[in-house]
Amino acid sequence: MKLSYYPGCSLQGTALDYDKSVREFCSLVGVELVEIPDWNCCGASSAHMTRHEVGMRLPMRNLLLAAELGLDILVPCAACFQRLKAAEKSLREAPEYWDVERYQGNCRIIHISTFLASQAINEAIQQRISNLLKGMKLGCYYGCLSLRHPKITGVSNFEQPESLETIVRYVGAEPVPWSHRTECCSGSLTMARPDIARRLVGDLVEAAVRAGADALVTDCPMCQVNVESRQMDMAGGPRLPVYFVTELINAALTGDYPAKQKRLHLVDAGVLSAVMQENHRSREETV
Amino acid sequence: MNTDVINPEQGNRKFLAKLEEREVDVQACYQCGRCSAGCPITEFFDITTMEAVRLAAYGMEDILLRSKTIWLCAACETCATRCPNDIDIAVLMDVLRELALRKGVEPAEPRVAAFHSSFLGSIEHWGRAYEIGLIAAFKIRSGDYTGDMNLGMKMFSKGKLSLMPHSVKGKQEIKKIFSGKGKEYER
Ligand code: SF4
Ligand code: SF4
Repeated sequence: MKLSYYPGCSLQGTALDYDKSVREFCSLVGVELVEIPDWNCCGASSAHMTRHEVGMRLPMRNLLLAAELGLDILVPCAACFQRLKAAEKSLREAPEYWDVERYQGNCRIIHISTFLASQAINEAIQQRISNLLKGMKLGCYYGCLSLRHPKITGVSNFEQPESLETIVRYVGAEPVPWSHRTECCSGSLTMARPDIARRLVGDLVEAAVRAGADALVTDCPMCQVNVESRQMDMAGGPRLPVYFVTELINAALTGDYPAKQKRLHLVDAGVLSAVMQENHRSREETV
Repeated sequence: MNTDVINPEQGNRKFLAKLEEREVDVQACYQCGRCSAGCPITEFFDITTMEAVRLAAYGMEDILLRSKTIWLCAACETCATRCPNDIDIAVLMDVLRELALRKGVEPAEPRVAAFHSSFLGSIEHWGRAYEIGLIAAFKIRSGDYTGDMNLGMKMFSKGKLSLMPHSVKGKQEIKKIFSGKGKEYER
């Protein structure tokens, strides 16, 4: 399989390791990624929130670049995904409004979790998996933008999504049922109003702890950094690390969770290593 | 005390036309309150989501443009997905923020407005977000030099903030996008 790849700005900065893990995963399962040449920021969320036209034209440039490659586009960032989809819809409906002669739009825009939850990827994972993450209790956290608005994202079960739970089960971990899976963490306000972000993050982490989660797992780079960082200054200290979904899968596939990767978390991410060691030991005992 | 008079007869017609153009049918609201019930930020708002929709239906643009609500809205789109009348409230908020900036209305939450303009400034210049530049711009605009210093240092030491900007080659195209043909607002 060969896909275009739109990493987006977060994956060159605060979520650099997410980018690495997506690329690593794809190479492990034999999916070739072609980065869209000279892609630009999709503008999320400030552009569409304050300058609609800029917010449409920025992702459109990327779509037009991707159209030249003619491949489906893999998008790991929820915000980028939503903006690319919004731009695609408008380009399809009214290309002339945007001064584009015609837009064929044969390239599907695929969000990472849709891709990962597919049957083909499951099979690829099962063939290669070396360390099942058995016993790891995970709160799957979707946040907002890969789901809403469904008329843009095309997601049908946007109130009760399942892709992350499906993926987590592929690697043998246990998704806990909990309340705040699709609640907002206010990532777009985190710099300007850290007090609000702290409140929202506090609520959702609290809910995940009550549900028995050892950690959170997400596919959104903004949620990952916001939910970890806003726990730092919380009374009682941070509670739950937030893993990128591909970070977990790669650990399960390779049987190795590198210390270097673990150290990139703001919240102690040792629980994954502990689970892996435990599973490794119990397997050796049974052999 | 709130002294704003709400007079639908003096509703701003241009504003209502703008909402129609963006397909936000505020008149369809029957005030069930579902939008406000699910809004994660509602406790910080000065006008609730449902009130904002009603004020918009009356054409009360000025009151809305001066509100904190339009800036504190996180664009999570929960309200819009749950509205039984399919009113795109998140787009209403987008339109209000844009109008406030275009009309030079002083933002009731200046820090949020400062963040947006710092972020966009970075993209306009480089074509991609440049986090350290954007943080610096935000600090200058907001006057908040010490906030999140520890966090910033931590991220930096983990290599998660790049010192160098990531620039695109097609800078001219990005400039053009930002210079905007202003289609929506000027034609
Ligand atoms: S959910 Fe829709 S109909 Fe109900 S109050 Fe809000 S805007 Fe009005
Ligand atoms: S989009 Fe804004 S108003 Fe609507 S629920 Fe989210 S934060 Fe509240």
